[in-house]
Amino acid sequence: MGWRRLTRNPLSFAALCAIVVIAAAAVLAPWVAPYDPDEPDAERTLSSVSWRHPLGTDEYGRDQLSRLIHAGRIDLLVALSATVLALTVGTSLGMLAGYRGGWVDQILMRVIDAVMAFPAFMLAMAITAALGNATVNVVAAIAITHVPIYTRLIRGEMLKARETEYADAARTVGNRPHQIVLHHLLPNCVPPLIVQATLAMGFAILTVAALSFIGLGIQPPQSEWGQMTAEGAGYVVSGEWWLVLFPGVAIMVTVLAFNLVGDTLRDILDPRMRGMR
Amino acid sequence: MGFGRYLLHRLLLVVPTLVGVTLISFVLVYLLPGNPALVKAGALATPEVVQDIERQMGLHRPVHVQYWRYVTGLLRGDLGESSSTGRPVLEDFRQRVPATLELTLASLVVAALVGIPLGVLSAVHRDTLLDHGSRLLGVGGVAMPSFWTGLLLIYVGFYLLDLAPAPLGRIAADVPPPTRISGLYVVDAVVTGNLSALGSALHHLMLPALTLGFAVMAPLTRMVRATMLEILESDYVKAAWAAGLPRRRVVYGDALRNALIPVITLFGVIFGFLMAGNVVVELVFAWPGLGHYAVTSLVTKDPGPIQSFVVFVAVMYVFVNLVVDLLYGLADPRIRLR
Repeated sequence: MGWRRLTRNPLSFAALCAIVVIAAAAVLAPWVAPYDPDEPDAERTLSSVSWRHPLGTDEYGRDQLSRLIHAGRIDLLVALSATVLALTVGTSLGMLAGYRGGWVDQILMRVIDAVMAFPAFMLAMAITAALGNATVNVVAAIAITHVPIYTRLIRGEMLKARETEYADAARTVGNRPHQIVLHHLLPNCVPPLIVQATLAMGFAILTVAALSFIGLGIQPPQSEWGQMTAEGAGYVVSGEWWLVLFPGVAIMVTVLAFNLVGDTLRDILDPRMRGMR
Repeated sequence: MGFGRYLLHRLLLVVPTLVGVTLISFVLVYLLPGNPALVKAGALATPEVVQDIERQMGLHRPVHVQYWRYVTGLLRGDLGESSSTGRPVLEDFRQRVPATLELTLASLVVAALVGIPLGVLSAVHRDTLLDHGSRLLGVGGVAMPSFWTGLLLIYVGFYLLDLAPAPLGRIAADVPPPTRISGLYVVDAVVTGNLSALGSALHHLMLPALTLGFAVMAPLTRMVRATMLEILESDYVKAAWAAGLPRRRVVYGDALRNALIPVITLFGVIFGFLMAGNVVVELVFAWPGLGHYAVTSLVTKDPGPIQSFVVFVAVMYVFVNLVVDLLYGLADPRIRLR
C-alpha cells in the first residue's frame, strides 16, 4: 500500500525516478559516459555547451558530462556508506541506552549531547582535517555527525516500547533482554528509521560537496560534484558558466529527490510527524 | 517548575556539555597529523631546538596534563597562538569576528524580511499559486548548496549585469575602511558619516548577504507557514471568525503574534545553518571573517586556531540554544514542565 502511494503522487514519483536514473548512471558510469572523464583534449579547452560536449568542457578539455557521471559514483557512495554506518552505530547505541537505562544511558547521552553541541558541518570539517582527507575519513566524519539523530530516535522509541504490554508479555514468557530488543522492540522502530535515513542521504550529499568545495573532502584527481564546482569557481567571473552550473544542478537534483522521497515516506509511514520540519 | 528553577536546571545541564566540548576539541587537535613544535621551529631547526620548543609548549608531558593546561588556559582567555600569522589567536579572532557578524546579521535581515511574510502569506492563501511557489522555493532552497547559489549570483550580478562588485572582500580596494568603532563597516560608516565607505560596504555586502539569507530563508518560511496554518485552524481563531471580527485583524493581529512564538525555537537551527553557511560563503566572496580563517587553518593544519574555532563555535551554539530554550520557557510556561 505504501509503495502505491509513493508512486501515485507525481512529485514523489518523479523524485523516485530521478534517484533510480542517477544511481544507475553512477553504477554504469564507464558504459554510459560518452567520453573518458580524464581524457584531456587540448583543442577543445573551456568550450561551451555543444552537440559534441552537451555540458561543455573544462580547462583541460575534459568532457564535463562524463566527469559529472563519474563524480556521482563518489558522491552517492560516500553518502550511502556514511548513512549506513551512522544508522548501524546510532541504532545500536540507542538500543543500548534506551533498554539498559541507568548509568550506561547517562554516559551515552552526555556524549551524544557533546557531539550535538557542534553544528554538524563544523564538526565534519574538523574531523576530516584531524584524520586527514582520505575518502574513508570523509565517510567517518559525516557518519559521526549523523549518529546522534538515530541514537536519540531509537532511545526514545525504546523507552516508550519498554513499558508496553507486548514487551511485558515477551518478558513473561522468558525472552532474554537482547531477544526482546531485537525481535520485539526494534521492528517497530523501522519506519521512522527509514524516513530518517532517506532524509540523511540528502544532508550527507550536501556535506560531502561542501567539504570537497572548501578543499577538505574528496581530493583531485578523484572528481566529486562539490570539488568540480570549486574547480570551476574561478571561471564565473570570466563568463564560463557551465563549469559551475551543472555540478550544482547535479547536487541539487539529487538532494531534492532524496528530500522529496523522504517527506512522502514520512507521510506514509509516520503520520504523527506529518507537516513537521 | 518556576522560571528560576528552570533557569538553574538548564544552566546546570550546560556544564557537562561544555566539558565534552573541550574534550572533543582537545582530542581533535591531538589527532592532527604532524608535530606542532616542528612546524613552529621551521624546516631548518636542529633536533635540539625542536625539543626545546616541545618542552616550552609542554608537548612532552602526559596527555591529561596537557589537557588540564589547555582547559585552564581557555578559562584565562588564552587561546594559543597561530603558527601561520604568528599572533595570538584571540587577536586574530578580534579582527575577524566583526566581518562574520556583519555578514550574519545582514543575511538574517534578508531572511526575516522575505521569509516571514512569505510564510504567512503562503498559509493565509493556502493552495494558491503563491503557496505552491513558496513551498517549492522552500524545498528547493534546502537542496541548493550555498557555494553554488553564491557563484551563480556572482555570475549574474557581477559578470552579466555588472550590478555587484568583484567578490573580493568587504570594501573596494581604493576606499579606506571607516574608523573602527564596532568593526561592522556599515555601522561604523553610518556613525562617522562616511558616505563613500558606506556605499562601498553595502555594495560588497549585497551578494554574500543574499546568498546566506537565501540558505536560511527556506527553513524559516516553512516553519512560519506550518505554525500559521495550525493557528488558523485553532478554536480561538474560529471563535474570532464566528464573533465577526474583521479578517485582517484576526490573521495579522492575533494569529500572527502567536505564530511567531514557535519561530524562536528555530533560531538554534538557523544559527547552525548560518555558521556552516558562513564558512562556505566567506570563501566564495573572499570575505575576511572567521569562517575564512578556520578553513585556512584547517587546510594548513594550524592547531591553535582550529581548536579555538571549534570551541568558539560550540560555545556560541550551546549558548544560543540555551537562550532559545529560556525564551521559549518564558513565552510558553508549559515547556518548563517537561
